[in-house]
Amino acid sequence: MLDKNGIAKRIAKELEDGYFVNLGIGIPTLVANYIPKGIEVEFQSENGVLGMGPFPFEGEEDADVINAGKQTITTMPGASFFDSATSFNMIRGQHVDLTILGAMEVAENGDIANWKIPGKMVKGMGGAMDLVASAENIIVAMMHTNRAGESKLLRKCSLPLTGVNCVKKVVTNMAVLEVTDNGFKLLERAPGVSVEEVQKATEGKLIIEGNVPEMILD
Amino acid sequence: MIRKTVAGVVEATEGVKDNMTFMLGGFGLCGIPENSIAELVKKNIKGLTCISNNAGVDDFGLGLLLQQKQIKKMVSSYVGENDEFERQMLSGELEVELIPQGTLAERCKAAQGGFPAFYTPAGYGTEVAEGKETREFNGKMYILEKAFEADFAFVKAWKGDEAGNLVFKGTARNFNPCMCGAAKITIAEVEELVPAGSLDPDQVHVPGIFVQKIFQGKNYEKRIEQLTVRKR
Repeated sequence: MLDKNGIAKRIAKELEDGYFVNLGIGIPTLVANYIPKGIEVEFQSENGVLGMGPFPFEGEEDADVINAGKQTITTMPGASFFDSATSFNMIRGQHVDLTILGAMEVAENGDIANWKIPGKMVKGMGGAMDLVASAENIIVAMMHTNRAGESKLLRKCSLPLTGVNCVKKVVTNMAVLEVTDNGFKLLERAPGVSVEEVQKATEGKLIIEGNVPEMILD
Repeated sequence: MIRKTVAGVVEATEGVKDNMTFMLGGFGLCGIPENSIAELVKKNIKGLTCISNNAGVDDFGLGLLLQQKQIKKMVSSYVGENDEFERQMLSGELEVELIPQGTLAERCKAAQGGFPAFYTPAGYGTEVAEGKETREFNGKMYILEKAFEADFAFVKAWKGDEAGNLVFKGTARNFNPCMCGAAKITIAEVEELVPAGSLDPDQVHVPGIFVQKIFQGKNYEKRIEQLTVRKR
Protein backbone atom coordinates (compact mmCIF):
# COMPACT_ATOMS: atom_id res chain seq x y z
CA MET A 1 0.00 0.00 0.00
CA LEU A 2 1.31 3.45 -0.90
CA ASP A 3 1.21 6.61 1.18
CA LYS A 4 0.49 10.03 -0.34
CA ASN A 5 4.10 10.50 -1.36
CA GLY A 6 4.10 7.08 -2.99
CA ILE A 7 1.07 8.03 -5.09
CA ALA A 8 2.82 11.25 -6.11
CA LYS A 9 5.99 9.33 -6.96
CA ARG A 10 4.09 6.91 -9.20
CA ILE A 11 2.22 9.74 -10.98
CA ALA A 12 5.51 11.56 -11.58
CA LYS A 13 6.46 8.67 -13.87
CA GLU A 14 3.65 9.80 -16.20
CA LEU A 15 5.42 13.12 -16.82
CA GLU A 16 7.06 13.53 -20.21
CA ASP A 17 9.73 15.90 -21.41
CA GLY A 18 8.23 19.23 -22.54
CA TYR A 19 4.93 18.84 -20.67
CA PHE A 20 3.06 21.81 -19.23
CA VAL A 21 1.32 20.46 -16.13
CA ASN A 22 -1.37 21.77 -13.80
CA LEU A 23 -1.24 20.31 -10.30
CA GLY A 24 -4.29 20.40 -8.03
CA ILE A 25 -4.24 20.91 -4.29
CA GLY A 26 -3.23 18.02 -1.99
CA ILE A 27 -1.47 14.88 -3.26
CA PRO A 28 -0.97 16.36 -6.78
CA THR A 29 1.18 19.17 -5.35
CA LEU A 30 3.65 16.50 -4.12
CA VAL A 31 4.26 15.31 -7.70
CA ALA A 32 6.59 18.28 -8.21
CA ASN A 33 9.02 16.65 -5.74
CA TYR A 34 9.54 13.57 -7.94
CA ILE A 35 10.19 14.84 -11.49
CA PRO A 36 12.15 12.08 -13.25
CA LYS A 37 15.78 12.92 -14.01
CA GLY A 38 16.60 14.16 -17.49
CA ILE A 39 13.20 15.66 -18.35
CA GLU A 40 11.97 19.25 -18.30
CA VAL A 41 8.40 20.09 -17.32
CA GLU A 42 6.75 23.41 -16.42
CA PHE A 43 4.10 23.73 -13.77
CA GLN A 44 1.11 26.00 -14.33
CA SER A 45 -0.95 27.33 -11.45
CA GLU A 46 -4.33 28.69 -12.47
CA ASN A 47 -4.08 31.83 -10.34
CA GLY A 48 -1.64 33.10 -12.95
CA VAL A 49 1.86 31.62 -13.07
CA LEU A 50 3.69 29.33 -15.46
CA GLY A 51 7.08 28.00 -14.45
CA MET A 52 6.38 27.53 -10.76
CA GLY A 53 9.40 26.64 -8.61
CA PRO A 54 9.81 25.24 -5.09
CA PHE A 55 8.63 26.91 -1.88
CA PRO A 56 10.80 29.91 -0.94
CA PHE A 57 13.51 29.79 1.70
CA GLU A 58 12.41 31.13 5.07
CA GLY A 59 12.39 34.93 4.97
CA GLU A 60 12.33 35.13 1.18
CA GLU A 61 8.57 34.69 0.79
CA ASP A 62 6.65 37.27 -1.23
CA ALA A 63 2.94 37.86 -0.51
CA ASP A 64 2.47 38.65 -4.22
CA VAL A 65 3.78 35.28 -5.42
CA ILE A 66 1.52 32.36 -4.51
CA ASN A 67 0.04 29.23 -6.08
CA ALA A 68 -3.63 28.28 -6.42
CA GLY A 69 -3.49 26.72 -2.94
CA LYS A 70 -2.53 30.21 -1.65
CA GLN A 71 0.92 28.90 -0.64
CA THR A 72 3.98 31.09 -1.10
CA ILE A 73 6.09 29.87 -4.04
CA THR A 74 9.08 30.82 -6.18
CA THR A 75 9.46 30.91 -9.95
CA MET A 76 11.92 29.18 -12.27
CA PRO A 77 13.97 30.86 -15.01
CA GLY A 78 11.61 31.39 -17.96
CA ALA A 79 8.55 31.80 -15.75
CA SER A 80 5.70 34.19 -16.53
CA PHE A 81 2.76 35.80 -14.73
CA PHE A 82 -0.61 36.51 -16.33
CA ASP A 83 -4.23 37.31 -15.50
CA SER A 84 -6.93 34.74 -14.70
CA ALA A 85 -8.58 34.89 -18.14
CA THR A 86 -5.26 34.20 -19.87
CA SER A 87 -4.63 31.39 -17.40
CA PHE A 88 -7.88 29.67 -18.30
CA ASN A 89 -7.26 30.24 -22.00
CA MET A 90 -4.18 28.06 -21.49
CA ILE A 91 -6.39 25.45 -19.86
CA ARG A 92 -9.53 25.68 -22.03
CA GLY A 93 -7.45 26.03 -25.17
CA GLN A 94 -5.65 22.76 -24.33
CA HIS A 95 -2.21 24.31 -24.17
CA VAL A 96 -1.66 22.57 -20.83
CA ASP A 97 -0.71 18.94 -21.51
CA LEU A 98 -1.61 17.23 -18.26
CA THR A 99 -3.91 17.91 -15.33
CA ILE A 100 -3.42 16.05 -12.06
CA LEU A 101 -6.11 16.51 -9.44
CA GLY A 102 -7.70 14.92 -6.41
CA ALA A 103 -11.23 13.51 -6.23
CA MET A 104 -13.86 12.33 -3.79
CA GLU A 105 -15.33 9.92 -6.36
CA VAL A 106 -14.52 8.67 -9.86
CA ALA A 107 -16.98 6.63 -11.93
CA GLU A 108 -16.14 3.81 -14.34
CA ASN A 109 -17.11 6.05 -17.29
CA GLY A 110 -14.62 8.77 -16.25
CA ASP A 111 -17.05 11.06 -14.38
CA ILE A 112 -15.48 12.88 -11.45
CA ALA A 113 -16.91 14.47 -8.29
CA ASN A 114 -14.68 16.61 -6.10
CA TRP A 115 -16.32 19.91 -5.20
CA LYS A 116 -19.36 19.50 -3.02
CA ILE A 117 -20.98 17.29 -0.39
CA PRO A 118 -24.59 18.55 -0.21
CA GLY A 119 -25.48 19.92 3.23
CA LYS A 120 -21.98 19.25 4.56
CA MET A 121 -19.16 20.76 2.60
CA VAL A 122 -19.49 23.46 -0.02
CA LYS A 123 -16.17 25.03 -0.80
CA GLY A 124 -16.67 25.50 -4.51
CA MET A 125 -15.16 24.08 -7.65
CA GLY A 126 -12.39 26.66 -8.09
CA GLY A 127 -10.77 25.88 -11.43
CA ALA A 128 -11.54 22.15 -11.37
CA MET A 129 -14.55 22.28 -13.73
CA ASP A 130 -12.62 24.26 -16.35
CA LEU A 131 -9.68 21.86 -16.02
CA VAL A 132 -11.63 18.62 -16.34
CA ALA A 133 -13.85 19.93 -19.16
CA SER A 134 -10.86 20.87 -21.28
CA ALA A 135 -7.73 18.87 -20.51
CA GLU A 136 -6.93 16.04 -22.88
CA ASN A 137 -5.08 14.08 -20.25
CA ILE A 138 -6.46 13.95 -16.72
CA ILE A 139 -4.97 11.83 -13.97
CA VAL A 140 -6.71 11.56 -10.61
CA ALA A 141 -4.62 11.11 -7.47
CA MET A 142 -6.58 9.82 -4.50
CA MET A 143 -6.93 7.14 -1.85
CA HIS A 144 -8.78 4.07 -3.12
CA THR A 145 -11.35 4.19 -0.31
CA ASN A 146 -12.80 6.94 1.90
CA ARG A 147 -12.44 7.23 5.68
CA ALA A 148 -15.40 4.92 6.17
CA GLY A 149 -13.61 2.29 4.06
CA GLU A 150 -16.00 2.66 1.12
CA SER A 151 -14.76 2.54 -2.46
CA LYS A 152 -14.17 5.86 -4.24
CA LEU A 153 -14.07 4.08 -7.64
CA LEU A 154 -17.74 3.67 -8.42
CA ARG A 155 -20.22 2.55 -11.06
CA LYS A 156 -21.79 5.99 -10.84
CA CYS A 157 -20.82 9.03 -8.75
CA SER A 158 -23.20 9.77 -5.86
CA LEU A 159 -21.94 13.33 -5.28
CA PRO A 160 -22.56 16.35 -7.56
CA LEU A 161 -20.33 16.03 -10.62
CA THR A 162 -17.35 18.21 -11.50
CA GLY A 163 -17.09 16.82 -15.03
CA VAL A 164 -18.33 13.99 -17.23
CA ASN A 165 -16.38 11.30 -19.12
CA CYS A 166 -13.09 13.06 -18.55
CA VAL A 167 -10.75 11.09 -16.25
CA LYS A 168 -8.21 9.01 -18.16
CA LYS A 169 -6.23 7.41 -15.37
CA VAL A 170 -6.50 6.97 -11.60
CA VAL A 171 -3.54 6.40 -9.30
CA THR A 172 -4.46 5.35 -5.76
CA ASN A 173 -2.67 3.93 -2.74
CA MET A 174 -3.60 0.47 -4.11
CA ALA A 175 -3.42 0.58 -7.89
CA VAL A 176 -3.01 2.30 -11.24
CA LEU A 177 -6.20 2.11 -13.29
CA GLU A 178 -7.06 3.25 -16.79
CA VAL A 179 -10.58 4.45 -17.55
CA THR A 180 -11.75 2.55 -20.64
CA ASP A 181 -15.08 2.31 -22.49
CA ASN A 182 -15.80 -0.83 -20.48
CA GLY A 183 -14.70 0.25 -17.00
CA PHE A 184 -11.56 0.56 -14.85
CA LYS A 185 -8.73 -1.47 -16.34
CA LEU A 186 -6.26 -2.55 -13.67
CA LEU A 187 -2.78 -1.70 -14.96
CA GLU A 188 -0.61 -2.05 -11.85
CA ARG A 189 -0.88 -3.06 -8.21
CA ALA A 190 0.83 -1.17 -5.36
CA PRO A 191 3.64 -3.09 -3.65
CA GLY A 192 2.17 -5.80 -1.42
CA VAL A 193 -1.41 -5.38 -2.69
CA SER A 194 -3.13 -8.33 -4.39
CA VAL A 195 -5.55 -8.22 -7.33
CA GLU A 196 -8.23 -9.58 -4.98
CA GLU A 197 -7.71 -6.69 -2.55
CA VAL A 198 -8.04 -4.15 -5.37
CA GLN A 199 -11.18 -5.93 -6.59
CA LYS A 200 -12.67 -5.82 -3.07
CA ALA A 201 -11.98 -2.09 -2.75
CA THR A 202 -13.40 -1.22 -6.19
CA GLU A 203 -17.18 -0.84 -6.54
CA GLY A 204 -17.06 0.10 -10.24
CA LYS A 205 -16.43 -2.44 -12.96
CA LEU A 206 -12.83 -3.67 -12.77
CA ILE A 207 -11.20 -5.23 -15.81
CA ILE A 208 -8.39 -7.65 -15.04
CA GLU A 209 -6.38 -8.95 -17.95
CA GLY A 210 -3.62 -11.50 -17.47
CA ASN A 211 -0.95 -11.05 -14.87
CA VAL A 212 -1.17 -7.55 -13.33
CA PRO A 213 2.35 -6.31 -12.52
CA GLU A 214 3.42 -4.58 -9.31
CA MET A 215 4.32 -0.87 -9.61
CA ILE A 216 7.94 0.05 -10.07
CA LEU A 217 8.54 3.26 -8.17
CA ASP A 218 12.25 3.96 -8.58
CA MET B 1 -3.82 63.15 -21.14
CA ILE B 2 -7.07 62.48 -19.31
CA ARG B 3 -6.39 62.53 -15.59
CA LYS B 4 -7.96 59.78 -13.46
CA THR B 5 -6.39 60.57 -10.11
CA VAL B 6 -8.51 61.26 -7.03
CA ALA B 7 -7.31 62.29 -3.58
CA GLY B 8 -8.06 59.03 -1.83
CA VAL B 9 -10.45 56.22 -1.11
CA VAL B 10 -13.27 58.49 0.13
CA GLU B 11 -13.47 60.38 -3.14
CA ALA B 12 -12.91 57.20 -5.14
CA THR B 13 -15.89 55.42 -3.61
CA GLU B 14 -18.37 58.29 -4.01
CA GLY B 15 -21.64 56.96 -5.35
CA VAL B 16 -21.55 53.47 -3.85
CA LYS B 17 -24.98 52.58 -2.48
CA ASP B 18 -27.01 49.82 -0.88
CA ASN B 19 -28.00 46.91 -3.16
CA MET B 20 -25.30 47.53 -5.76
CA THR B 21 -23.26 44.86 -7.53
CA PHE B 22 -19.49 45.04 -7.11
CA MET B 23 -16.59 43.21 -8.71
CA LEU B 24 -13.53 42.82 -6.48
CA GLY B 25 -10.15 41.66 -7.72
CA GLY B 26 -7.83 39.27 -5.93
CA PHE B 27 -7.13 35.57 -5.49
CA GLY B 28 -7.44 34.58 -1.87
CA LEU B 29 -5.91 37.58 -0.10
CA CYS B 30 -3.40 38.16 -2.90
CA GLY B 31 -4.01 41.36 -4.88
CA ILE B 32 -7.22 42.39 -3.11
CA PRO B 33 -8.27 46.07 -3.02
CA GLU B 34 -7.62 46.46 0.72
CA ASN B 35 -8.29 50.20 0.91
CA SER B 36 -11.58 50.06 -0.98
CA ILE B 37 -12.81 47.12 1.10
CA ALA B 38 -11.97 48.99 4.32
CA GLU B 39 -13.95 51.99 3.08
CA LEU B 40 -16.96 49.85 2.14
CA VAL B 41 -16.85 48.41 5.67
CA LYS B 42 -16.77 51.96 7.09
CA LYS B 43 -19.67 53.10 4.91
CA ASN B 44 -21.61 50.02 6.07
CA ILE B 45 -23.72 49.87 2.91
CA LYS B 46 -25.89 46.76 2.76
CA GLY B 47 -27.53 44.32 0.39
CA LEU B 48 -24.44 44.01 -1.79
CA THR B 49 -23.81 41.47 -4.50
CA CYS B 50 -20.08 40.77 -4.68
CA ILE B 51 -18.38 39.09 -7.63
CA SER B 52 -15.01 37.88 -6.41
CA ASN B 53 -13.11 34.62 -6.80
CA ASN B 54 -13.00 34.10 -3.03
CA ALA B 55 -14.72 35.52 0.04
CA GLY B 56 -11.67 36.43 2.09
CA VAL B 57 -10.93 34.96 5.51
CA ASP B 58 -12.88 35.58 8.72
CA ASP B 59 -11.03 38.73 9.72
CA PHE B 60 -9.69 40.10 6.41
CA GLY B 61 -10.68 40.85 2.86
CA LEU B 62 -14.35 40.32 2.03
CA GLY B 63 -14.68 38.51 5.37
CA LEU B 64 -14.89 42.01 6.91
CA LEU B 65 -18.00 42.81 4.85
CA LEU B 66 -19.50 39.43 5.71
CA GLN B 67 -19.01 40.05 9.44
CA GLN B 68 -21.17 43.16 9.21
CA LYS B 69 -23.71 41.26 7.09
CA GLN B 70 -23.31 43.75 4.24
CA ILE B 71 -23.32 41.09 1.55
CA LYS B 72 -26.60 39.68 0.24
CA LYS B 73 -25.08 37.53 -2.46
CA MET B 74 -21.62 36.21 -3.33
CA VAL B 75 -20.61 35.08 -6.81
CA SER B 76 -17.37 33.10 -6.39
CA SER B 77 -15.53 29.97 -7.44
CA TYR B 78 -14.00 28.93 -4.12
CA VAL B 79 -15.02 29.92 -0.60
CA GLY B 80 -13.26 27.38 1.58
CA GLU B 81 -11.35 29.62 3.95
CA ASN B 82 -14.08 31.43 5.83
CA ASP B 83 -16.12 30.00 8.75
CA GLU B 84 -18.51 32.96 8.95
CA PHE B 85 -19.19 32.60 5.24
CA GLU B 86 -20.03 28.93 5.67
CA ARG B 87 -22.30 29.69 8.62
CA GLN B 88 -24.22 32.40 6.72
CA MET B 89 -24.50 30.20 3.65
CA LEU B 90 -25.72 27.08 5.46
CA SER B 91 -28.23 29.14 7.51
CA GLY B 92 -29.58 30.70 4.32
CA GLU B 93 -28.69 34.31 5.31
CA LEU B 94 -26.32 34.57 2.38
CA GLU B 95 -27.11 33.72 -1.21
CA VAL B 96 -24.18 32.06 -3.00
CA GLU B 97 -23.60 31.37 -6.67
CA LEU B 98 -20.59 29.14 -7.22
CA ILE B 99 -19.21 29.14 -10.73
CA PRO B 100 -16.11 27.68 -12.40
CA GLN B 101 -13.07 29.91 -12.01
CA GLY B 102 -12.38 30.24 -15.73
CA THR B 103 -16.02 31.09 -16.33
CA LEU B 104 -15.82 33.79 -13.64
CA ALA B 105 -12.79 35.33 -15.34
CA GLU B 106 -14.36 35.13 -18.79
CA ARG B 107 -17.71 36.61 -17.67
CA CYS B 108 -15.67 39.62 -16.53
CA LYS B 109 -13.73 39.73 -19.80
CA ALA B 110 -16.98 39.46 -21.79
CA ALA B 111 -18.39 42.47 -19.93
CA GLN B 112 -15.14 44.35 -20.53
CA GLY B 113 -15.08 43.55 -24.23
CA GLY B 114 -18.73 43.89 -25.15
CA PHE B 115 -19.64 40.23 -25.61
CA PRO B 116 -23.13 39.47 -24.22
CA ALA B 117 -22.32 35.78 -23.74
CA PHE B 118 -19.97 32.97 -24.74
CA TYR B 119 -19.83 29.18 -24.85
CA THR B 120 -17.58 27.23 -22.50
CA PRO B 121 -17.23 23.50 -21.85
CA ALA B 122 -16.70 24.10 -18.10
CA GLY B 123 -19.54 22.64 -16.06
CA TYR B 124 -21.25 20.77 -18.86
CA GLY B 125 -23.17 17.81 -17.42
CA THR B 126 -23.01 19.26 -13.88
CA GLU B 127 -25.42 21.35 -11.80
CA VAL B 128 -23.65 24.47 -13.09
CA ALA B 129 -25.28 23.82 -16.48
CA GLU B 130 -28.83 23.57 -15.08
CA GLY B 131 -31.19 25.95 -16.85
CA LYS B 132 -28.52 27.10 -19.29
CA GLU B 133 -28.54 26.78 -23.05
CA THR B 134 -26.21 24.07 -24.37
CA ARG B 135 -24.84 23.57 -27.84
CA GLU B 136 -22.54 21.21 -29.68
CA PHE B 137 -19.52 22.44 -31.60
CA ASN B 138 -17.31 19.92 -33.41
CA GLY B 139 -18.66 17.02 -31.40
CA LYS B 140 -18.14 18.62 -27.97
CA MET B 141 -20.80 20.09 -25.69
CA TYR B 142 -20.69 23.65 -24.38
CA ILE B 143 -22.87 25.82 -22.15
CA LEU B 144 -23.82 29.44 -22.74
CA GLU B 145 -22.57 31.81 -20.04
CA LYS B 146 -23.47 35.49 -19.84
CA ALA B 147 -21.36 38.58 -19.28
CA PHE B 148 -21.56 40.04 -15.78
CA GLU B 149 -23.33 43.33 -15.10
CA ALA B 150 -21.86 45.33 -12.25
CA ASP B 151 -21.96 48.88 -10.87
CA PHE B 152 -18.39 49.16 -9.60
CA ALA B 153 -15.19 47.19 -10.07
CA PHE B 154 -12.58 47.56 -7.32
CA VAL B 155 -9.11 46.51 -8.37
CA LYS B 156 -5.63 46.74 -6.93
CA ALA B 157 -2.39 47.16 -8.89
CA TRP B 158 1.26 47.48 -7.94
CA LYS B 159 1.90 50.68 -9.86
CA GLY B 160 -0.34 53.06 -11.71
CA ASP B 161 -0.05 56.48 -13.29
CA GLU B 162 -2.21 59.60 -13.45
CA ALA B 163 -3.78 58.35 -16.69
CA GLY B 164 -5.03 55.20 -14.96
CA ASN B 165 -2.53 52.87 -16.64
CA LEU B 166 -1.81 49.86 -14.43
CA VAL B 167 1.09 47.48 -13.82
CA PHE B 168 0.73 44.41 -11.64
CA LYS B 169 3.24 42.34 -9.70
CA GLY B 170 3.44 38.54 -9.55
CA THR B 171 0.27 36.56 -9.02
CA ALA B 172 -1.40 39.65 -7.48
CA ARG B 173 -2.51 40.30 -11.07
CA ASN B 174 -5.11 37.45 -11.18
CA PHE B 175 -8.68 38.77 -11.72
CA ASN B 176 -7.79 42.46 -11.48
CA PRO B 177 -7.11 43.11 -15.20
CA CYS B 178 -10.23 41.12 -16.20
CA MET B 179 -12.45 43.34 -14.04
CA CYS B 180 -11.12 46.67 -15.30
CA GLY B 181 -13.76 48.21 -17.53
CA ALA B 182 -16.14 45.32 -16.82
CA ALA B 183 -18.34 47.41 -14.50
CA LYS B 184 -19.92 50.83 -15.03
CA ILE B 185 -17.15 52.42 -12.97
CA THR B 186 -13.70 50.96 -12.24
CA ILE B 187 -11.76 52.14 -9.19
CA ALA B 188 -8.08 51.24 -9.07
CA GLU B 189 -5.96 51.52 -5.94
CA VAL B 190 -2.19 51.23 -6.30
CA GLU B 191 0.80 50.74 -4.06
CA GLU B 192 2.65 53.40 -5.98
CA LEU B 193 1.02 56.20 -7.97
CA VAL B 194 3.49 57.72 -10.44
CA PRO B 195 3.34 60.74 -12.77
CA ALA B 196 2.20 60.20 -16.34
CA GLY B 197 5.22 59.42 -18.47
CA SER B 198 7.01 57.34 -15.83
CA LEU B 199 5.56 54.02 -16.95
CA ASP B 200 6.95 52.52 -20.14
CA PRO B 201 3.89 52.28 -22.46
CA ASP B 202 5.20 48.91 -23.65
CA GLN B 203 4.99 47.55 -20.11
CA VAL B 204 1.47 48.70 -19.20
CA HIS B 205 -0.77 45.72 -18.33
CA VAL B 206 -4.10 47.58 -18.32
CA PRO B 207 -4.57 50.77 -20.38
CA GLY B 208 -6.09 53.68 -18.47
CA ILE B 209 -9.21 53.79 -20.63
CA PHE B 210 -10.58 50.90 -18.56
CA VAL B 211 -10.13 52.82 -15.28
CA GLN B 212 -12.28 55.77 -14.15
CA LYS B 213 -10.57 56.64 -10.87
CA ILE B 214 -7.15 55.84 -9.47
CA PHE B 215 -5.71 56.61 -6.05
CA GLN B 216 -2.59 56.02 -3.97
CA GLY B 217 -3.42 53.27 -1.47
CA LYS B 218 -2.16 53.23 2.12
CA ASN B 219 -1.02 50.79 4.79
CA TYR B 220 -1.11 47.60 2.75
CA GLU B 221 -1.07 44.52 4.95
CA LYS B 222 -0.69 42.02 2.10
CA ARG B 223 -1.45 39.09 4.36
CA ILE B 224 -0.14 35.65 3.41
CA GLU B 225 -2.80 32.96 3.73
CA GLN B 226 -0.55 29.88 3.59
CA LEU B 227 3.02 30.74 4.47
CA THR B 228 4.98 27.81 3.06
CA VAL B 229 8.78 27.79 3.16
CA ARG B 230 11.65 25.34 2.93
CA LYS B 231 14.70 25.11 5.16
CA ARG B 232 18.01 26.38 3.85
